[in-house]
Amino acid sequence: MIIAERKPISEIISIIGNNKKILIAGCRSCASVCMAGGDREVATLSEALGLYSDLNSLGWEISEISKERQCEKEWAREIAEEASSADVILSLGCGVGVQFIQEVSGIPVFPGLNTSNMGGPEEQGIYLEKCGGCGDCTLHLTGGICPIARCSKSMLNGPCGGSQNGKCEINPDTQCAWDAIYQNLKRLNCLEMLSEIIPPKNWIPSRSGGPRKIIRKEMVLSEDEKKIKEGLE
Amino acid sequence: MSHLKDVLESGKFAVTAEISPPKSASCETIRKKAAMLKDCVDAVNLTDNQTAIVRISSFASSLACLQEGVEPILQMTCRDRNRIAMQSDVLGASAFGIHNVMCLSGDHQSFGNQKEAKNVYDVDSIQQLMIFNKMRLEGQVWGGDELKEKPELFLGAAANPFADPFEFRVQRLAKKIAAGADFIQTQAVFDIERFREFMSSVCDRGLDKKVHILAGVMPLKSYNMAEHMKNNVSGITLPDGMISRMKSAADPKEEGLAICNETIEEIKKIKGVHGVHIMAISWESVVPRIIEDADLRD
Ligand code: SF4
Ligand code: SF4
Repeated sequence: MIIAERKPISEIISIIGNNKKILIAGCRSCASVCMAGGDREVATLSEALGLYSDLNSLGWEISEISKERQCEKEWAREIAEEASSADVILSLGCGVGVQFIQEVSGIPVFPGLNTSNMGGPEEQGIYLEKCGGCGDCTLHLTGGICPIARCSKSMLNGPCGGSQNGKCEINPDTQCAWDAIYQNLKRLNCLEMLSEIIPPKNWIPSRSGGPRKIIRKEMVLSEDEKKIKEGLE
Repeated sequence: MSHLKDVLESGKFAVTAEISPPKSASCETIRKKAAMLKDCVDAVNLTDNQTAIVRISSFASSLACLQEGVEPILQMTCRDRNRIAMQSDVLGASAFGIHNVMCLSGDHQSFGNQKEAKNVYDVDSIQQLMIFNKMRLEGQVWGGDELKEKPELFLGAAANPFADPFEFRVQRLAKKIAAGADFIQTQAVFDIERFREFMSSVCDRGLDKKVHILAGVMPLKSYNMAEHMKNNVSGITLPDGMISRMKSAADPKEEGLAICNETIEEIKKIKGVHGVHIMAISWESVVPRIIEDADLRD
């Protein structure tokens, strides 16, 4: 899932600027699971902003909406439609959600979250990055632990000289991904895999190849099919 | 092409030292330090923005050293360069007579004075060795494009016997050798027992026959430095006995030099070690004395 966290209230206030009618839009998928932008967080933020407006006599009109997802056009459209009387939409979805809503909305859409990474909850309230979206997965070579996302230097051939007691050199609270890979391959009885050199990586399928687009030809509708589908809706 | 190569291949005990380039647009201090080291070392490492602090480049510093008649070892980290910049830089280095290149992953930018920088890590230090090895052997850049003239390179890599997981350290060294490393400089040795253990598994696997290993040593200047090394420098272990020696010493500098000398004497006895690499950080002037005390030159 996508991990995000809410921007500090002070930053949100400065982003809102002189706008008065604000629609806060939540997302009930990833942003909700990481407790950054679900129904509950929308309500909390709405209350906080309302209070700020009252204390400073700003006269803000704040309304709320949440949808299953913001990262699909259908849902984004529903949010945009709800916002017809607002000045701005403050999205508590990830960066993808903000962009989808903006595409179909005639008013500005602002981000209320900082979108961080692809990861998951380790335990309640603790989220860890797991995948760097490199576009060419090699988890089978590294004991099911991704060094691209989880090693501070994205090393592919073993731990750097800073790995100590299972911790990364950058910070004693950060696990060394390569120590974890080593321990995991040991547990799986596959340590010999580490003697293979992984050659320089092809980063074309990653962000380095420019914005990525995946086309599933068999799924793409022809112009005629699109018309039929539109007619049905 | 590389004097260091000749020394190591002739089986002599090599001595290298390190100069840290200044935070300056002038190479004067490098020239002075190079002159100081000229007659006693085989080559000198010029660090590459070590601890991620911006300094005059390793390339410029290497050139200054060369002009002073001291053979440079150009350090190059994977932190700041992608494979395009790396290959271009070694072509330039070789063209100017800088042939010893040390391949390093580099200290993370979070240690330095540019914490907000984006790092590169297009390749890691083992892949960097593979790329340079291909360039010098096949006269091709990575991906196969021909070079008009091959770079002449003597490739170095680092090994840290004191980092974890310990059991993997020799394996990682083996990978560096397979990738093209000709010589290895280790992290500073303080814990001689652990280093001995490391070298014995290196020799068990016959790796000492495939690569030249120079053991790192570092003279301690003060008790504070010893504490700092132990607590804040990643990948260095200092035995408690050594720290208390530094603490109770009447003259800590002399004590530090004594410890350094004892360490070198022990290192000389260890099978598979082909030289020492003296890292006297901001204390380069003491290097000739360390060499003399340890009787490292004939
Ligand atoms: S190897 Fe690539 S795709 Fe696989 S987990 Fe890591 S970053 Fe994600
Ligand atoms: S200590 Fe481990 S996680 Fe940190 S940079 Fe080095 S290898 Fe990567």
